[in-house]
Formats: sequence, C-alpha cells, structure tokens
Amino acid sequence: MFLRMVIGAVTRQKRKLLMMAGAMALGISLATAMLNVMLDVGDKINQELKTYGANIMVTPRGASFLGDLYGIEEGAGVSNRYLAEDELPKIKTIFWAFNIVDFTPWLDARVSVNGSEAGVPILGAWFRKHLDLPTGESVDTGIINLRSWWDVRQGWLKDDDMSGIMVGGAYAATHGIHQGDALTLSVRHTSGGERTARVVVRSIFYSGDREDDGLLAPLALVQRLTGLEGKVRRVEVSALTTPENELARRAAQNPRTLSRQAWEVWYCTAYVSAIAFQIEEALTDARAKPVLQVAEAEGAILQKTQLLMLLLTCMSLACSALAISNLVTANVMERGTEIGLLKALGATDSQISLVILAEMLIATFLGGAFGYAAGLGLASVIGHSVFGSAVSAKGLVVPIVALLILLVTLGGSIPAIRMLLRLRPTDVLHGRGAS
Amino acid sequence: MNILKLNDVSMVYGSVRALQNVSFAVRPGEWVAIMGASGSGKTTMMNIVGCMNKATHGSVVLDGENLSRLNAGDLTAIRRDKIGLIFQQFYLISYLTAVENVMIAQYYHSVVDEKEAMQALERVGLAPRAKHLPHQLSGGEQQRLCIARALINYPRLILADEPTGNLDKANQNTVMDIFHQLHREGSTIIVVTHSPEVAAHAQRVLSLEFGRLVKDAPTQRLCA
Repeated sequence: MFLRMVIGAVTRQKRKLLMMAGAMALGISLATAMLNVMLDVGDKINQELKTYGANIMVTPRGASFLGDLYGIEEGAGVSNRYLAEDELPKIKTIFWAFNIVDFTPWLDARVSVNGSEAGVPILGAWFRKHLDLPTGESVDTGIINLRSWWDVRQGWLKDDDMSGIMVGGAYAATHGIHQGDALTLSVRHTSGGERTARVVVRSIFYSGDREDDGLLAPLALVQRLTGLEGKVRRVEVSALTTPENELARRAAQNPRTLSRQAWEVWYCTAYVSAIAFQIEEALTDARAKPVLQVAEAEGAILQKTQLLMLLLTCMSLACSALAISNLVTANVMERGTEIGLLKALGATDSQISLVILAEMLIATFLGGAFGYAAGLGLASVIGHSVFGSAVSAKGLVVPIVALLILLVTLGGSIPAIRMLLRLRPTDVLHGRGAS
Repeated sequence: MNILKLNDVSMVYGSVRALQNVSFAVRPGEWVAIMGASGSGKTTMMNIVGCMNKATHGSVVLDGENLSRLNAGDLTAIRRDKIGLIFQQFYLISYLTAVENVMIAQYYHSVVDEKEAMQALERVGLAPRAKHLPHQLSGGEQQRLCIARALINYPRLILADEPTGNLDKANQNTVMDIFHQLHREGSTIIVVTHSPEVAAHAQRVLSLEFGRLVKDAPTQRLCA
C-alpha cells in the first residue's frame, strides 16, 4: 500500500516532482563537477607546479650536515662526499615511484676556460637521460623538464654529447661567447694533474638565476673533467605530493616518534616528507630534504583551491536545499486536505512524513542521477579548459553524492515536515471553528 | 452500558464558546442525528466525538475510554480503531483507485486485504467501479466509497458529517438506504446534519443552538 501511495503520488505530481528533480540536478551537477575536480585537482595542480622545479633535494649525508649547519650546499671543496650515479634509478622504485615526476643529478665544479685563471662555475646534469629501471620499466628524466622555464635559445644538449656545452647568458655576454664557438675547459687537480676537454658552444641559456654566470654540460663531461666518474653531488627530485598536515609535520621532525598506525598512514600517503624518507631508504648515505618553499606553496595553493571548490559545492547544495524546501512546503500546503484525511484515518505523523519523504527521495535521486551525469560532463569541460586534460570520474564521488542528495532532501524537507506535524485534521477537513 | 457519553462538555475557542455544558449518551446500535443551524456547534461536537479535538471542559467517554485524559497519539489510535468517519466533501485520495481508497484505511488500521476491501465496495454497490479513480465516480458513488472506507475496519461508531449534503435526491436515498442497512446490522451511527429530512431517518435527534443542547428527543416526537 505504501508503494501504491508513493507511486500514485509521484505519477500524479509529475510537474512538481520534475521541478524538485531539476533543482536537485542543478545542485548535484555542480557538486559532482566540483568534487571530481577537487579530488583530481591535487594531481593536476601538482603537475602544473612541477613546471616550477623540484621539491625534494637529495644530498650525501655529510654534505647535508654542512648545509644544515652553515648553509653551504655546493661549491668545490665544500664536501668530498658524493652520491653514486648508478644508484639513482632506485629513486623510481620506491613505494611512491609513480609520484616521482622527474629528477636529475648535479655535479658542480670550477673550470678554466681557454686557459684563464679565474674558475668558471660549471654544472653537470642529466638533460633527458634514458634509464632502464630494475623493475623492467624505462624512464626519461632530466633538467629539460625540471627547468622548463629556462630560455634556451638554440636547444638543449644531449646527454651523450661529450663535446658540447651550454653557456649561461650573462657569462656569454661578458666574454663575447656565441653559439658555435670552441672553448677549452680544464680542471687542475690537487694531485697536480690537469684534465682538459675541447668543447663547442651549442646553446646560450637564460635561467634568471646564478646559473647564467656559468656553464652547463652533460653530467658525464663534468665527471670526466673532475675525475669524479660515477659520482654526483646532489639530486633534485620533483614529486607529486599531498599537502602537509599535522601528521606529516610531526613525521618530518622525526618519524620514529609516530605510533605504528600513524607511521603507516604517513608512510602510505604521498606527503613530501614520506617520499623524501623513502628516497633516503633507497639510496646509500643519502639525505633527502623537502624544499619547503616549493612544498608549502604547492600545499597552500592546493588547499585554497580545494577550499574554494568545497565552498562552491556547499553553496550550490544550499541553493538546491532552499529550492527543494520551498517546493516541498508548497506541495504539503497544497496537499493539506489529503494529509488531514490520512491523519483522520489514523495515520501517524511519522507514517505521513515517510510517504512525503519517499516521494521527494524518488524525485531528488532521479534528479541527482541526471545531475551526476551532467556534473561529469561539467568536470570534463573544467578539466580541459583549465588544466588541458580530462578530469577522471572518481568512484568516491558516487557515495558522497548519494549522501548529499539524502542530506539535502532531508534538510530541505524540515520546514515541510514541521508544517505537516502542526497540521490538524480539523483544520483542513471541517475548518477549526464551530458550525 | 453506553457506547458514548458526554458529560458537561464545553469547547471554547478564545472568546467563542462553541459548546456549552453539553451532556448526552448514545447506546450501542442507536442511530442519532445531531441537528442545528450553522454555528450551532455541530461540527465542534463531531470533532470532539471523532477524537480530532479535545473538549476544554467536561468528559467524553467512548467505548469505555475517557477521551479527556488521552494525548494526541492515543486519540489517533482510538479514531483509527473505533470510529468510521464519513465527510460531506468525501475527501478521497485522488490518485488512488476506489478499492485503494478503502485499503488505505486498512493500511493505517492493521493489515491490507484487497478481497475484504472489495467486499466493502460490494456492500455499497461499487464493486464494478473498484478500479476507477475518484474523479471518474459520480458524487453519490464517491459518498458510497467514503462509507465503504468508513466501514472497512468494523468501527464501534460511525460518525457522518452532512453525508448527503452534496448529493441529489436519488443519491441521498441510496446513502440513507445504506445507513438503514448498517443500522439493522447493529452499527451505532451519529449523523450530523442540518436537514430535518435526513434527521428523520434517525431514532433520536439532538438539537443544538448556540452551542447548547436544546432538545434530545425520539424522531417521532420531533417530527410530530
């Protein structure tokens, strides 16, 4: 009988219930789009922010200690500790390997250019190094992605170009160096020997930073000049991370202070500190430190973006709840006689409320289903127009949307239900007064 | 033993005294008409006896239950279990068929039984119209459907408010025939009406004027 009543009411009031479904569809479409974008925006924004550089710096343990104490992080003679280049592919084998977007080793030195006395800084790095990983996968990584904002006039070097070099814009301007010029680089060693290399300027670059005052070469060339084959001074890692929270901050100070459960949560979440910790586990005598400015900026931008979307979701749902509330209240007012009759026949308030709620839930869930589908389309449009890629539909959104529909429907029906509870059969069946 | 007993019942709405010190009793199987002009207190009386309102003063005892001491939930239960309501405006649920309109009273009373609902419709001559919606029925048929709904739970008291008020002569006779049949079967009937013609069918007539019970007499005496 309950079903007959509900179905009868639904089919009889198609227009009103369609309006209710429409109000819910509007709210849910926006909520679905925002929730999907919100759950996906972390990766999207992270990927956008990856273009602004690394967020983890890996250094040899001793060198890192010097850096911590004196702020000295690079320069010849500062430390004689190095990381092993052949261990670096292990970075892509950690638990959060897929979150490691790019990384490159650096080796710095000072060279004499064309026999001059002044030591010119030279940096060796991977440009786009092809790595075959122990897992059987392969990856191309290097500064071409990590320094995507650099202005490189004549193109990047190749990693195997042992006779090519790039020259910083400021140094080239000062010394009148142009593309195609031949330079002789030499490094004098403490043992008394000297290593030289004859190279050609392939390109002039502008980093907007101190690299403009020096040279940039393939890592292998700098290793050969310095006699540090197979060694690197530091590694920059760019990783997709989750914004830091209290747990991550506590773990960053000392993961061992965490309880076992908290430790597992932290370790299995892509916090920058957790990824850094796992890199330390993978490399020998390495210290991986988050570059806090980058990590915190990423976290702040992400949190603000997500907050904005959450507010939009709440506002759209509040609008839906108001619209539904008005429609249901009007519906209950119109059906006052019917409700009064049911009460006169012995129906309790809860029984009548249940019928009204069931009608509303049918309408709002139908509207919600349409809204969900429309929301996925809207999310796709937002993804393409803002991030240039599709926003994937998140399974988690479905139960959230179902819960939101339920809450909005129940919340929106409160005024109507209160009115229904106040309604007395005598008010609508006979008129209150005497006759 | 009376099925209904009102003792010194008054009903006040603000400064309006709708009923004043009304006392009467109804025996089981009795057919009573409550008469009076507009504003005499008929509907107020029906609302009190029908457990839809509580008297502001006095006691109302229905089938051994003192209604004055019951809360709204208890009154709903009494109304559902002991009273069959018939309205002048019929008050049928427009999106349910005739048989479903009968079953709705079963649903809120106990268990839905479509066969029994069909028997109730047969009793008022509406079985062939069981699957029709209310708007597909004539006024007389709608009132007969309303009676079938009132009877379905075997109420101790049938309370009818102007049951023929919206009907033509032919349908009025049909409805009154049904009431006679119910009376013969032992039902207790209270009909609220302003029509002497309808009241004449009852065994006893109570007359209200300005909220006071001014006459309580057998029909023959009233007619005489």
